[in-house]
Amino acid sequence: MSAIILFMAVIAVIAGWWLSQQRLMAKPWLEEGGIGDFPGTGAMTWPAAKIGLGVFLAVAGSLFALFTSAYSMRMNMVDWRAMPVPALLWFNTGVLVLSSVALQWAYVATRRDNMNGVIVGLCAGGASAVTFLVGQLLAWQQLRAAGYFVASNPANSFFYMITAAHGLHLMGGLVALGRTTAKVWRGAEMAQLRLSVELCTIYWHFLLLVWLVLLGLLTGWTDDFVDICRRLLS
Amino acid sequence: MVDVPYDAIADAPPAEVPEVELYHPKSWWTQYVFSQDAKVIAIQYSLTATAIGLVALVLSWMMRLQLGFPGTFSFIDANQYLQFITMHGMIMVIYLLTALFLGGFGNYLIPLMVGARDMVFPYVNMLSYWVYLLAVVVLASTFFVPGGPTGAGWTLYPPQAILSGTPGQDWGIVLMLASLILFIIGFTMGGLNYVVTVLQARTRGMTLMRLPLTVWGIFTATVMALLAFPALFVASVMMLFDRLLGTSFFMPALIEMGQQMKYGGGSPILFQHLFWFFGHPEVYIVALPAFGIVSDLISTHARKNIFGYRMMVWAIVGIGALSFVVWAHHMYVSGMHPHFGFFFATTTLIIAIPTAIKVYNWVLTLWRGDIHLTVPMLFALGFIITFVNGGLTGLFLGNVVVDVPLSDTMFVVAHFHMVMGVAPIMVVLGAIYHWYPKVTGRMLDDWMGKFHFWVTFLGAYLIFFPMHYLGLQGVPRRYHDLGEAAFITPNVHTLNAFITVVALIVGFAQMVFLFNLVWSLFKGKASGGNPWRATTLEWQTPETPPGHGNWGKELPVVYRWAYDYSVPGAAQDFIPQNQPRATPALQGAAP
Repeated sequence: MSAIILFMAVIAVIAGWWLSQQRLMAKPWLEEGGIGDFPGTGAMTWPAAKIGLGVFLAVAGSLFALFTSAYSMRMNMVDWRAMPVPALLWFNTGVLVLSSVALQWAYVATRRDNMNGVIVGLCAGGASAVTFLVGQLLAWQQLRAAGYFVASNPANSFFYMITAAHGLHLMGGLVALGRTTAKVWRGAEMAQLRLSVELCTIYWHFLLLVWLVLLGLLTGWTDDFVDICRRLLS
Repeated sequence: MVDVPYDAIADAPPAEVPEVELYHPKSWWTQYVFSQDAKVIAIQYSLTATAIGLVALVLSWMMRLQLGFPGTFSFIDANQYLQFITMHGMIMVIYLLTALFLGGFGNYLIPLMVGARDMVFPYVNMLSYWVYLLAVVVLASTFFVPGGPTGAGWTLYPPQAILSGTPGQDWGIVLMLASLILFIIGFTMGGLNYVVTVLQARTRGMTLMRLPLTVWGIFTATVMALLAFPALFVASVMMLFDRLLGTSFFMPALIEMGQQMKYGGGSPILFQHLFWFFGHPEVYIVALPAFGIVSDLISTHARKNIFGYRMMVWAIVGIGALSFVVWAHHMYVSGMHPHFGFFFATTTLIIAIPTAIKVYNWVLTLWRGDIHLTVPMLFALGFIITFVNGGLTGLFLGNVVVDVPLSDTMFVVAHFHMVMGVAPIMVVLGAIYHWYPKVTGRMLDDWMGKFHFWVTFLGAYLIFFPMHYLGLQGVPRRYHDLGEAAFITPNVHTLNAFITVVALIVGFAQMVFLFNLVWSLFKGKASGGNPWRATTLEWQTPETPPGHGNWGKELPVVYRWAYDYSVPGAAQDFIPQNQPRATPALQGAAP
C-alpha cells in the first residue's frame, strides 16, 4: 500500500498548508464584528469549476494510486509473469504528449485572444486524444493476437484493467473537450472560453502524468522504486 | 432574517466572488422530481435512504427471530440468514448512514449554514441523487434475482464471496458490486459539491473558524469519503473481473466440489487491504458528521457556547487524518507481521486522544448550562453515553492480544453496533427532531418524540449490552444456528430470546417515529422561523421552509461565530451570526 500512503501524504501536506493559511489558531469567540478584518480567510476566489476540478483530480489520483498499490502487491506473488510491452505503446505515448501540447497551445492562445490558435489547439488536441484511444485498442488487439488474454496472467489482467480505467477517464475528458469546442462553434466570446480551455488543459496534463507513471509501472521501469518503497515500509 | 441597519451592510466590502445566477425550475417535474435545488435533493436522499433503511431494519428482525428462537421459523434457512446479515450490514453502513449524513444533511445544511444560495454545481448534484437511487434499485433488485442477494457478509471477502457455496453467487454478488460502483460514482458527484460549496460559496464574513461544527464535520467527512471510496471502487472492479472474466486478482488456486478451479495465485489479503483502506475511514465518515451535529445540538439546547471550539475543529481534522493509517486493525487475525500489528494498534489507540477531547468538550459544554431536555437534546445526550460505551470496547479490540480471542464473536457485533450503529442513529434522530421545523415549518409532536427516545435508548442498551457478555462467552457472530457446543450454555439461549423480544419492540417504536413524521406534517404545531432560538444562519432565513435561493434578495453577512449563547449583557440569550456588532440590542428573532 506504499503508493497510496505516499499519495495521501502529498494530499495531507497540501491540505495542511492550506489549513495553515486559514487562521486555525484564531479565537472566534473574541472576534466579533468586522467582516473585512481577516483578509484571505473568506471564500476562495477561484471559479468553482476550477476548485471542483482540483478536488476531482485528487479523487482520480487516489484511484490510480490504489491501482498502483494493488499492482505492486500482486506482482510479488509467484505466478506473476511480466508481459512484453507492445511497441505501439510508445507511439501512443507520443500522441498523448502531442495532445497535451496542443491543448497547452490552445490555452496560451486564449490568453493572447487568438481565436484561430484556440480552434487549432482544441481540434489537434481532440484528434490526437482519439488517436491515442484507438492506439490503445490496437495494442489490446495485438496482445490478444499474441495470446496474452485478460485472464491468462495477473500481469495481463492489470494491463487491461488499468489501461481501460485510464482510457475511460480520457473519454470523460473528451466529452468536456467536445462541449468546449461546441462553444467555439457557436461563436462564444473568448472570455467565456478561457476557463473551459484552461480546465481541459489541466485535466489533459494530469492524465498524461498518470499515463507516464502507469507506463513506468507496466514496463517495469519503476520496479526498483516500488521495491525501495516496500523495503522502507517493511 | 435579522433586520440589519443599512449602514452595517454599507461598511462591508463587496463580495470577492460574484453571485452566480440560480437555475430556476420551469415545471412541476423540474421543481420536485428532477430538481436542482439542494433542499429538494436532500429530502429525496433522506426519503430513499430511510426507505432502504427500513428494509435493513426488517432484515435485522429476521436475524433476531432466528437467533432468539432457532428452528421456529421455517422461512429462515441458513442461506437466507447469511443473505440477511450481508444486506443488513451493507445497507445500514453505506446506503443509509453515509447517504443520509452526507446526501441528506449535507445537502440541506451546507448551503444554508454557510450562507449560500445553493450548491455550486446544482446539475451534478441532481445527477448524484439519481445515480444513488439507481444504486439502491440495483441493490434492492438482488432480492428478486435467481439465487437472491449475496450472503458473503458485508465485507464481501474473497474467495468465499464468489464461490458456489455462498448464496447469491450467480447474480447477487455481481449486482452488489455493480451497485457499490454506482454508489461511489454518485457520491463523488455529490461530494465535489459539498466540498467546493464550503470552500468557495461561503458568504461574506464566514471564515472557516466561524463555521458551525456541523459543517466542519460534514466537510471533513466528505473529503475523507472522496479519498477513501476509490479503494472500495478498485476492490469492487477487481472482484468483478475475478467473477466475470476469470482473472485471479484475489482468487487463490482452489478445488471446488472436487474440481480444480481456473483461478490461481491471487491474494485474498490484497482485497482485505483495499476494503479496509476504505472501511476504516468509513467509520469516521459516519462519525464525523454525527460529532459535528451533536455539538450544535448540545450548544443550542444547553444555551451555552461550545466548549473549546478550536480544539473541536482540530480534533475533527486530526481524526480525519489519523483514520487513514489504522485500517489493518481489522486484519489482526489475517496472519500479518507482529510489527505491523504493533504499529496499527498504536495508531488506533492514538485516535482515542482527539476523540476523548471531543467527549470532554461536550460534557464541559453541558456543565452549568441551561439544559433544556427537548427531544433533540435527549438524543444528543443518548449519543454521548452510547459513543463512550462503544468507544471503550474499541480500546479492548484495538489491542492485538485482546482482539484475537474476541475476533468474530458477538463482542465485536456489540462494539460496532454501539459505536457506529446506535450512536450515529441517535444523532440522525436528534437532528431530524431539531431541523424538522425548518424543513416543514411545523414541530414534531413532543410526547411521541419522548416515547420514541426512551424506548429506543433503553432498548438499544438492553439489546447490545448482553451481546458483550455473549461475545465474552465465545458465541460466534454470523452463525445461523449455535448447535450444541459445550460453551453455549442455556443462558445464552435465554439471553438471545430476550434480545430478540426487545429488538422487535425497539423496531416498532420506530414506526411511532415514522407516524410522527407524517402526522406532524399536517397537524404539528406551527414552528415559526427559529423555534429553538438558535444562532446559526439556517434559522435566520426570511422564509420557513426556506424558499428557492434561500435568502431572498441579499445574502446574509456574518459578524460572529456560531455559538453566541447566553452572552453577558446581551438582550437575548442568543445572538444570530448575522447580527452586526454595531447594534447589540437588536431583537433578532426570525419571522
